Amino acid sequence: MSNRVLDISLTVNGERLQTRVDARKTLVDFLREDLALTGSHIGCEHGVCGACTVRVNGEIVRGCLMLAVQCDGGSVETIEGLSDSGEVADLQAAFEQRNALQCGYCTPGMLATAQDLLKRGDVPSRDEIREHLSGNYCRCTGYHAIVDAVEAVAHARAGAKK
Amino acid sequence: MKITQDSPPVLTALDRPNSYIGRSVPRPNLQRLTHGRGQYVSDVNLPRMAHVAYVRSPHAHARIVKIVTTAAKKAPGVTAVVTGAELAQVMTPWVGVLTHLKGLKSAPQAPIAVERACWQGEAVCAVVARTRAEAEDACELVNVSYEALPAVTDPETALDAKTPVIHPALGDNLCFERKLDAGAVDKAFAEADTVVEATFRFGRHTGVTTEPRAVVADWNEGEQRLTVYHGTQAPHMMQNLFAKHLGIAEHQVRVLTKDVGGSFGIKVHTYADEMATVALSKLLKRPVKFVADRIESFVTDIHARDHRIKGKIGVSKDGTITAFEIDDLTGIGPYSVYPRTSGIEANQIVNLTGGPYRCPNYRAQTRVVFQNKNVMCQYRAVGHPIAVAVTEGLVELAAAKIGIDPLELRRRNLVPDDAYPTQSAAGLKFELLSHHEALAHLDSMMNYAGLRSEQKKLRGKGIYRGIGFASFIEVTNPSAAFYGVGGARITSMDGATVKLDAQGAIIVHTGVTEQGQGAEAVVAQCVASSFGIPLGKVRVVTGDTDNTPYGGGTWASRAAGIGGEAAWQAGKALRANVVAVAASILQAKPEDLDIRNGVVIDKETGTERLPLDELARVAYFRPDTLPPGFQAELMATRHYVPRAWPFAFTNGIQASYLEVDTDTGFVKLLKHWCVEDCGTIINPQLVDEQIRGGVVQGIGAALFEHCLYDERGQLLNGNMADYLVPMAAEMPDIECGHVVSPTADSELGAKGAGEAGTAGAPGSVMNAINDALRPLGAQPLTDMPFTPDKILRALGKV
Repeated sequence: MSNRVLDISLTVNGERLQTRVDARKTLVDFLREDLALTGSHIGCEHGVCGACTVRVNGEIVRGCLMLAVQCDGGSVETIEGLSDSGEVADLQAAFEQRNALQCGYCTPGMLATAQDLLKRGDVPSRDEIREHLSGNYCRCTGYHAIVDAVEAVAHARAGAKK
Repeated sequence: MKITQDSPPVLTALDRPNSYIGRSVPRPNLQRLTHGRGQYVSDVNLPRMAHVAYVRSPHAHARIVKIVTTAAKKAPGVTAVVTGAELAQVMTPWVGVLTHLKGLKSAPQAPIAVERACWQGEAVCAVVARTRAEAEDACELVNVSYEALPAVTDPETALDAKTPVIHPALGDNLCFERKLDAGAVDKAFAEADTVVEATFRFGRHTGVTTEPRAVVADWNEGEQRLTVYHGTQAPHMMQNLFAKHLGIAEHQVRVLTKDVGGSFGIKVHTYADEMATVALSKLLKRPVKFVADRIESFVTDIHARDHRIKGKIGVSKDGTITAFEIDDLTGIGPYSVYPRTSGIEANQIVNLTGGPYRCPNYRAQTRVVFQNKNVMCQYRAVGHPIAVAVTEGLVELAAAKIGIDPLELRRRNLVPDDAYPTQSAAGLKFELLSHHEALAHLDSMMNYAGLRSEQKKLRGKGIYRGIGFASFIEVTNPSAAFYGVGGARITSMDGATVKLDAQGAIIVHTGVTEQGQGAEAVVAQCVASSFGIPLGKVRVVTGDTDNTPYGGGTWASRAAGIGGEAAWQAGKALRANVVAVAASILQAKPEDLDIRNGVVIDKETGTERLPLDELARVAYFRPDTLPPGFQAELMATRHYVPRAWPFAFTNGIQASYLEVDTDTGFVKLLKHWCVEDCGTIINPQLVDEQIRGGVVQGIGAALFEHCLYDERGQLLNGNMADYLVPMAAEMPDIECGHVVSPTADSELGAKGAGEAGTAGAPGSVMNAINDALRPLGAQPLTDMPFTPDKILRALGKV
């Protein structure tokens, strides 16, 4: 039982934290319960739906398939951080303009995944967008509007670079 | 760039100078959701809050012999371990019946099973602890002894004499049956040149809301009041039910519903585990939270659509449909779900089959039987996907048999656009529909002739593409005929209260709820338009039974048509009140003034007379300057309930274009179209997105979604990895078109649009698959979902 609780230090949305966490606690439970970062959502708890998608050390991960203790020494970014830094402001605006969300439960994860695709820098095709978003389930929109919004931002970012 | 900017529409009778009716304005509440600042019930965290986890029956049917809770009670963090018998002292059981569904019967259901568990997943014991994890740990220490009982799992034999009766007090396993016989069906079949018969099967599936069901109940012993944070579609209905079964008054219950992570009909029912959570809060005198995990969701969220229908259509040589006949059988689970019952889907199938067509001869029978599986109840489009797929499947099979183009056969039989008002063979009353205009619109929108020639060309190259259609009607804007007349306290009315704040902005409280469909936007648009204020100055409050007008909430595609009309009327009423204040300040006649863009103007010239913030300042802070005896009334409430028609029917037609890989059996969806008529369109973008989302849920039913049970009543695929839902890569782009036939029952003329997509998509996909495979001589596929395995079997390849 000695390793049931572990001390970890990590950066969450740019803030350095030192805290003690249950070894069995998933990253998303830690974010939601210990840090009250409730923008990361829990949909399936077995790595399928993508509602808990967050960024760890620059890569998107499933917050339900990673333990909080695995983030020791690492850097975690959630929708709260991505929003406040303005990194996904254009994607958020496009989602709102295009009604690319209805209930909004999948949206934080969807935005993180879309940003993961778009930060590669090229303009993906609709099929490539659909493929990349396929690990994030949305039950409301039917995806068409989400693809529209991501496509529009891809073009806008490419245009801005020229 | 696919994002088109909103632009003001062509002027209509509903247009005031600054109207938002017919405009694709973005929803006002989206930013908090894109920024992760929503407040879903799963996010709620209250002082002293405990978490409950339920021990659930692993058996489909079992006697609960003994529950030993000693070890669980000693586990770390545990507050209480409560059995069904103990909770029965706090909350009374319920029976899911409605008196207008004659003969419908069910057995009393308790919040936690007492003595007997009737489906795999039914809660048999509650563990309340400091955290959910500790509650789950302690669940493993609860020792339940079961005596397994025979499980009834096959609807086909549920009524056989040798099948055990699940609830002996009911006498048999029949929950409900209905028969309908209109016209002269036998004569019509005898006189038909061709009769086509087919058996259609629909796989049990469920809503899979991304946020599972969630409830936080907070009984305050000092106040003797219960506050329930609830992800529900119908807060006032739940207020009534919580009060009724706890034996307290409705005013002692407040239901709060903020953001809800998907509903689709899943969250409009009484769930035993949610009722138990509320009862536990009262018992323990502290807040208790329950959030279903995904595994629990699959075995407890209502299922739907498990129907077997034998269908028959008669057609004459000239393509006239002479008769329809259906025999429906459905197995619902051990209880009829409270309070909406589990008889509605079957009832709708009887009502809706054949509905778009001018055919007076129609016979139907349905039987609803109990089974030891999870309960079934109303899920998005209730009965429509089944009735539409059966009707449209028969229509296209008949068209193929007599060699008439499927669209042409529809043209010859759909109720003519000039025939209204009229009624169907089943007795449904139609105010105004537009089947032919919708069909013509679809025909040109999809370039039907072009697709047919492409299809023909590709068949020569061994590529098998199919085009399938589905005409449909949809029940929307229900009156009291739906539930109220059957004795359920589910109001068909809705209200809006509108007030001018002290800076001249508008606050609206509405009884309809936001489930993501855009109800807040629609209500804001209606009020902004009828009152005369920029949309940005309207704030909408929903989901609070202490503060919003009494209302039905969101279901049966009613929020825009009913809640929107109430909001429209409330805005008008407040405009009259505010104009009266302005007239007294300006010493003008009220009839000479109006409000436009948040400013009182001279009606004749449009000259600005008084900004609303100034009017509010005077009315609230210097009423002494108003004429003696004049009292400003800056708040107005209006309600609306449909009265002229039991339901505002809508109509439409969908088409699916797809390709079947005849080696693998995989279906690739290439494109989907939907033309529908929901009357006045308040927000075109929101209507289109309801259609698209609905279509994809219907596609899920056609191709992927299936709750697979074995013969022992065990759910075999109750997790997100094994139960497939549509993903982005598999879905097509969906093009929407509209015909506008407003209802004259309301000033707004809006009907519902939330379920049209789901209603028509499965049938059109089925027809497209059969169209693709017809030249290969495949047996028609009529057993949803159409998995690669079933397709290969139809092709004789496995």
